[in-house]
Amino acid sequence: MKYYSYFPGCSAESTAIGLGLSARAIAEPLALQLVELEGWTCCGSTPYGSLDELEAVVVAARNLALAEKTGLDLVTPCSSCYVTLNKAAIYLEDHPQLKRQVNEALAVANLEYHGTLRIRHLVDVLLNDITPEVIASKVQQELNGLKVAPYYGCQLVRPHYGSDDTESPQSLDLLVESLGAEAVPYPLKTRCCGGALIISEQSLALGLIRKLLDSAVRNGAQCIVTPCPLCQTNLDAYQSKVNSKFKTDYNLPVLFISQLIGLALGIDPISLGLRTNIVSPGEVLDYIYKVKREVKSGT
Amino acid sequence: MEPRIGVYICHCGSNIAGTVDTEEVTRFAQGLDSVVVARDYKFMCSEPGQELIKKDIGDLALNRVVVASCSPTMHEPTFRRACQEAGLNPYLFEMANIREHCSWVTEDKGEATEKAKALVSAAVRRVYYHQPLETREVSFNPDTLIVGGGIAGIQAALKIADSEHKVYLVEREPSIGGHMAQLDKTFPTLDCSACILTPKMTQVGSHPYIELLTYCEVEEVSGYIGNFKVKIRKKARYVDEALCTGCGLCQTKCPWKADSEFEAGLGKRKAIYIPFPQAVPNIPVIDREHCAYFLKGTCRACEKFCEAKAIDFEQKDKIIEIEVGAIILATGFNVFDPTPIYQYGYKRLDNVITSLEFERMVNSSGPTDGSIVLKDGSAPESIAIIHCVGSRDEKYHEYCSRVCCMHSMKFAHLIKEHTDAEVYEFYIDIRSFGKGYEEFYNRVLNEGTIFIRGRPAEITDIAETPEEEGKLIVQFEDTLVGLQRRLPVDMVILSCALESQPDADAIARLFNISRSADGFFLEKHPKLDPVATMTDGIFVTGCCQGPKDIPDTVAQASAAAAEVLAMISRGRVEIEAATAVVDETICSGCQACELVCPFSAISFDEEKGVCRVNEALCKGCGACVAACPSDAMSLNHFTNEQIVAQMEGMLV
Repeated sequence: MKYYSYFPGCSAESTAIGLGLSARAIAEPLALQLVELEGWTCCGSTPYGSLDELEAVVVAARNLALAEKTGLDLVTPCSSCYVTLNKAAIYLEDHPQLKRQVNEALAVANLEYHGTLRIRHLVDVLLNDITPEVIASKVQQELNGLKVAPYYGCQLVRPHYGSDDTESPQSLDLLVESLGAEAVPYPLKTRCCGGALIISEQSLALGLIRKLLDSAVRNGAQCIVTPCPLCQTNLDAYQSKVNSKFKTDYNLPVLFISQLIGLALGIDPISLGLRTNIVSPGEVLDYIYKVKREVKSGT
Repeated sequence: MEPRIGVYICHCGSNIAGTVDTEEVTRFAQGLDSVVVARDYKFMCSEPGQELIKKDIGDLALNRVVVASCSPTMHEPTFRRACQEAGLNPYLFEMANIREHCSWVTEDKGEATEKAKALVSAAVRRVYYHQPLETREVSFNPDTLIVGGGIAGIQAALKIADSEHKVYLVEREPSIGGHMAQLDKTFPTLDCSACILTPKMTQVGSHPYIELLTYCEVEEVSGYIGNFKVKIRKKARYVDEALCTGCGLCQTKCPWKADSEFEAGLGKRKAIYIPFPQAVPNIPVIDREHCAYFLKGTCRACEKFCEAKAIDFEQKDKIIEIEVGAIILATGFNVFDPTPIYQYGYKRLDNVITSLEFERMVNSSGPTDGSIVLKDGSAPESIAIIHCVGSRDEKYHEYCSRVCCMHSMKFAHLIKEHTDAEVYEFYIDIRSFGKGYEEFYNRVLNEGTIFIRGRPAEITDIAETPEEEGKLIVQFEDTLVGLQRRLPVDMVILSCALESQPDADAIARLFNISRSADGFFLEKHPKLDPVATMTDGIFVTGCCQGPKDIPDTVAQASAAAAEVLAMISRGRVEIEAATAVVDETICSGCQACELVCPFSAISFDEEKGVCRVNEALCKGCGACVAACPSDAMSLNHFTNEQIVAQMEGMLV
């Protein structure tokens, strides 16, 4: 059993509930002990930082200080939390003056951040601590070579905090392949999903989403997987808008990587939150289960 | 005789005086024990500066001198000579480095002054214990070893050999010629590269004073300046060089093919091959990796057809031992492999090629007979050339590779000459610094090549508009317009960086020289001693020292030849007097020193049961002194007494 303190982040508890549910669901079969960080709050996300930098860093540092006390690595399934927390940690490391200021604020709550914490993404833990070999050995449900477009988005690899390559990352590809699915070539794997522009510049963002869907379909993908709640929301929830704007007919399920792992581990789709996905993953499920039934009846 | 010390503090213009209070240091030195005189002066290394020392030695009967100035690397010989000219043994001199070790690396004037005082006090204490030593001279072997048979090695070899001194030219490939043999035209004059190179190659091949050792690698180097011993491995060619007539029938008949290294992988060669038609020597070599006989035990077609009976499958590697006085390294460069730059799509997207591949493609004797063609055989209508691929990029090489701007513009000219294609140059800055280079830049501009300032972000085949279908699209920021743009083209040429050879580290260790942070071999002084290295008698030239074009390479190679010729003509070299000595009354004969000596300078005297140092071989490294368990070994000019005094001086 490997122990981590776990930082779900707000998305995994709300808009991307599928991410939160599936991350917790796959932990046990993979011998991962995710100890939820007691008293965690907002990570101090990007928009906050643009309003009041110091406050945003203090908010992040409070979480870091809490996590540091546990002595465990801090793991988050959310790409945005991953970047925000890492950014704050490095910022504090580089600016001792700011660190003193922040610790002054934290002292009110009897907290102090020293700078020894490792902040990691769930994908990094799955790839480097659990390893694809072990994941492969735990597969209960064949995926039958399901064709998957691995979509990393920007924050998993940029800025560069982990070990994966920024231009041609491989971690999701390796995880997908370990499940017995096929990672199709996906040249736009780190291209922008539109991010928050979907609110302020919708038609621009829809164009970006369309490119991602188009490239996945052209490369024969039956679904897209991503670790990022915002990417998933944009590709999934706005797919129908893309269709109506560009007169296209995409119907491509967008799963969290943890949902796909969960399916391969034999966990039932509802526990993985697949009912909350907007583009129905029905075809993916049919493909996985139906083929298996056929094989069974044949033998 | 009681030591009488003179101390001289150099300002080095403002290099030292800007940070160190030299007057204060002089006053301080004046008060030190045994110091008779202390002076400061603007430039101690200048003629009047040296005169100051000489005059004081005479007038004040000084018998010890300390100069506090720069690193001893450059000027220790200068001041030692000044002492000698005034009748003082040069080893009664000591230098304190208050520039590199002090003024250049300290910001606070007070701190710098204190540090300079400590360094001066250390030198004064040390010089008190100095003993006069005599330097010795040994003869200089007039033969020279040159490693690497590209244009640098060829030029240096011819210059030295023309003076009727023997040169061994070692090349690890089957033929000399190096990268220059692969190039098409040369900028800015557009002479054909082969046309200017091959006459020199032939000259090397037939020169009575050059012993050409191709398909050979240096394995071991020992000895010292003037007297190096070198072991060379002559790799088995499986062709008897004495019998082969170079008719080439073997390679015509050989049924087995492999990618040609000379054609940068664009063409094929046989398993037995002469790398290119003008190769020197014109003798083939069998590539074991692709030869059916070596792989499967059958074939031997070459042997059947060879009338001269030159094929010898039983040939083994041979070790050749030579002795030389000097060594010139001209081991060249490696072309950066752009595969790791995923976003440029090399090896992933068709028609993204490297600069070297293009050189072969546009060469009339190359794999496409000089036509510029796409993978499918059609002619490109538009070509993008990307500068600085792997250069000026902190992820790969921070330095500028110096030749890429110019060869990229040469490509543009050649493309215009061969085709009607539109050419786009993507550059960061144009660096056309050489003679006639700016004029060439203007010429290419006038020919209608389009220059776009901006390093492309990506080359992709994912089209966004109908015009982009089936094309390579360059995504870039045009920094002069301030716009993100996409440009569909048919072919992309990556102007790749020049980098150090993949085995540069092993070569550096073999010859006991250093490398700079960029991986290239380090010269002794970047401005004033650009071809020597920190190891006496070993020189570097050409691209192994740093990226450079052909004119600079040839000039540098001639410089290295001149350095070696100067040594040959003098005929002897001075050997450092700072060597190890054994106190035979203490030595127990354990031979620990002999084990650690990297220069094989120590031998054991069986009769007396003690170790002896060969002063001609000893380089004064001090390893034996540290190894000796009974303090019997000491190092002249680095005695315990001297070093302890120096430390005491530093700490007081």
